[in-house]
Amino acid sequence: MNATTTSTSKIAGKPAGDGLRFYGVWLVGIAALIVLPMIFSSGGSLTSFSLIGIAIVFALSYNILLGQTGLLSFGHAVHYGLGGFAACHMMNAVVSHGWPIPLPFIPLFGGLGGLVFAMIIGWVMTKRAGTVFSMISLGIAELVASSSLILRSVFGGESGISTDRTALPKMFGWTFGPQLQVYYLIAFWLVISAIAMYALTRTPLGRISNAVRDNPERVQFIGYDPHVVRYIAFCFAGFFAGVAGGLAAINFEIANSAYLGAIQSGLVLFSTFIGGVAFFFGPILGAILVTYLQLGLTSVTGVWQLYFGIIFIGIVMLSPGGIAGLVMMHRPLARAGTLLTLLPSYLVAAVPTIALACGVILTIESIARAHGGQSNPIHLFGIAFNPGSAVTWASAAFLVFGGFFVARLSWRRVAAAWDRAATVARDRGYLA
Amino acid sequence: MLELIVISTLNGLLFGMLLFLLSSGLTVIFSMMGVLNFAHASFYMLGAFFGFQLTKWIGFWPALLLAPLLVGAIGMAVERYGLRNTHKHGHVAELLLTFGLAFAIEEIVAMMWGRSPVDYRVPALLDFPAFTIFSTNYPAYKIFMLAVSVLIFIVLLIVLKRTRVGLIVQAALTHPHMVGHLGHNVGLIFMLVFGVGSALAGIAGVIAGPALVTQSDMAAALGPILFVVIVFGGLGSLPGAFIASLVIGLVQTFAVALNGSLASAFGPLDPSAGPSVLTDIWNVTIAQVAPIVPYLLLVIILIVRPMGLLGTRES
Repeated sequence: MNATTTSTSKIAGKPAGDGLRFYGVWLVGIAALIVLPMIFSSGGSLTSFSLIGIAIVFALSYNILLGQTGLLSFGHAVHYGLGGFAACHMMNAVVSHGWPIPLPFIPLFGGLGGLVFAMIIGWVMTKRAGTVFSMISLGIAELVASSSLILRSVFGGESGISTDRTALPKMFGWTFGPQLQVYYLIAFWLVISAIAMYALTRTPLGRISNAVRDNPERVQFIGYDPHVVRYIAFCFAGFFAGVAGGLAAINFEIANSAYLGAIQSGLVLFSTFIGGVAFFFGPILGAILVTYLQLGLTSVTGVWQLYFGIIFIGIVMLSPGGIAGLVMMHRPLARAGTLLTLLPSYLVAAVPTIALACGVILTIESIARAHGGQSNPIHLFGIAFNPGSAVTWASAAFLVFGGFFVARLSWRRVAAAWDRAATVARDRGYLA
Repeated sequence: MLELIVISTLNGLLFGMLLFLLSSGLTVIFSMMGVLNFAHASFYMLGAFFGFQLTKWIGFWPALLLAPLLVGAIGMAVERYGLRNTHKHGHVAELLLTFGLAFAIEEIVAMMWGRSPVDYRVPALLDFPAFTIFSTNYPAYKIFMLAVSVLIFIVLLIVLKRTRVGLIVQAALTHPHMVGHLGHNVGLIFMLVFGVGSALAGIAGVIAGPALVTQSDMAAALGPILFVVIVFGGLGSLPGAFIASLVIGLVQTFAVALNGSLASAFGPLDPSAGPSVLTDIWNVTIAQVAPIVPYLLLVIILIVRPMGLLGTRES
C-alpha cells in the first residue's frame, strides 16, 4: 500500500525543481569537461582525460546492451575495433582523395563502421538472450579477432593501419596536432553521445528494451517482437561503440587488432559493471575508475590486473548494483535525514576493512616480488616492508586474518545500523 | 597422404577426447546450475600447473592423483563460498563471477609461474615411441592420454547412467526440491558435482600439460573453443558434447595439417589478380584458417539449428 502511494505521487506531482536540477547536473558535467584541462594542463593528465573520455563513450554504449536490454556481450570490442579501422581508412581516404571532410566528423564514420557490422551480424545474434547470446558474442568476437590477422590488406596484420590526423582539412583553424585540441574533440563527441544515449533511454524504444530485459514473454503479449527490440538496441550499441573506436583511432592515430580483442571486451565489461548497470551514470563512474586505476596502478605494481580481478569479484559478490548502486542506496536515507546515524558504524567498520585490504595487498606484493626475483621493499603508508623477511609475512597474515574477523563483526554492526535507519526512513515515507 | 590422414586422425581423436574431458565437466555444471562456468578452462590450467609443480616435488604419478583433487577442492570452495552466495543476484551475476575468477586465476598463475611456458616434461616411463607408422614415431604418451580420456569417459557414463549416485545427481539437476524432500542434501550434491567437474578439468590439465604447452594464457586460448563445443553439441547435452568434441578436434587437426589455399585450388586460372581485398581471401591457406574454423562452425550451426546438434531446449 505504502509502495503504491509513493510511486503514484512521484509520477503525478513532479516538482518543478527536478527539471532544473536535471539540467543542472548536465551543465555542471559539461562545464567540468571544459574547465578540467585548464586546471590540470600537464601532458600526462590531458592524455588520461582523453582516454577516460573514450572509455566513457564505450562503456555507455555497452550499457545499452547490458543494463538496458539485459544482453551480456563478451565481444563488444568488435564494434569498437571495426569503428577504429573504419575511421582510419576514412581518414586516409580523405587525405588521398582530397575530400572536404574535416577531422571532427570522422567519429561518425567510426560509428557507421560499428553500426554496419552490428546490422549484418546482429540479426542472428539477438535471436536469443541470456547465456546463448553471451556465447555467440564470444564466438563472433574470436572469429573477427582471428580474421583480422589473416585479412592483411584490410586490417594491416600485426602492425595495424596508421594514419595522420593533422593531414585532414582544417576546421576553425584547428590542426588537431596538440593533445589539448584532440581532448576537446573527444569531449565534444562525449557530450553529444552521452546526450543521445540518455535520450535513447527516454524513448519508447528504451522503455521497451527494459521490458524485454525484464520479461520478454509479456512484451510479446503486448504486440512487440523481443527479437526486433534486441536487434535495434544492439545496432545502437554498435554505433556508439564505433564512435568510441573512431575517437580512439584519432587519439592514437592507429588502429590494430588489439582494439578488437578479448582484453578490450573484458575491460569494457569490467568498467560498466563496476560502475553499475542500473543507472545511467554508473558506466561513467566505472569508466573513470577503471581507466584511472589502469593508468595509475601500472606505475605502482606489476600485477595491477590481479587487483582489477579482485575488485571485480568483490563487486559481483557484495554489490551487484556496482558503485552507482551503492551510492543510490543512500539516497532515500539522505532524504529522510537518517544518513548521519550510519556514520559512526561506517567509521568503525572502515578501520578493520582497510587493515584487511592492506593485508591482501601486502600478501600479493610479497608473493609477486618473491617470484619475480625482485627485492625492492613494499611501501605501504610510509612503512617499508622487505618482501623476503618473515616480519612481512607475519604482518600480512595478521592483517588478513585479524582484519577479516574484526571486519566481519563490524559489518554486522553496519547492517544493524542500516536496518534501523531504513526503518525510520520507511516510517517517514521515503523508502518503499 | 595416407600417413597424413592416419596421424591427423589420431591427433584429432586425442584433441577431441581432451575437449570432451573438459566439456563434460562444464556440461554437467551447466545442467546443474544453469550457468556457464567461465573459469572451467582456468581449472584446466590450474591442473596443468599443479601437475607441473607436484611432478617437480613428488613425481608425475602422485601428481596425477593429487593435482585433480586439489583443483576439485578449489572448485568446491568456489561453489560453496562464491556461486551459492551470488545465486540470489541471478544468472548474469553468477556468469560474471566466474568471468572475474577466470581473469584472477590467469593473473595469479602468471604471478606464481611467470608468463613464459614452464618446463613440464613427459614422465620418463612413457617417454618412448609407441609405434611407427610410415616412418613417423607416434609417442607413447599420446596413447596414454587417449587411454586415460577414454577410461574417464566410460567411468563417467557408468556412474551417471547405472549407479544410484548418478540417479540422485540427475534427479537433482532437474528436480532439486523433490530430491531435497526425499532427504538428500541438495546443496552438498551441487558442491560435490561442481568439485568433480572441476577435478575432471584438472585431470585434463595434468595429462595435457606435458604434451601441449603449459603457460599462463592456455586457459584464455582454450576457453572460447570449449564454449563452441558445448553450444555446438547442444547446451546441457552430454552426448552432444561428445560428438561436438570429436568433430571439432578432428576438423581443427586436419585444418592445421592441410596446406592449400583457394588460389592453389584454381591452379593456372589464378583469380588473385582481382581487387586487393580479395587477394587475401584467395591466398589464405587452410592452416591459417584453422584457428577460426571452430567459430565458423559455431556461427553456421546457430543459423541452421539454433539449439545445437543434440540440444533439446531453447535457452
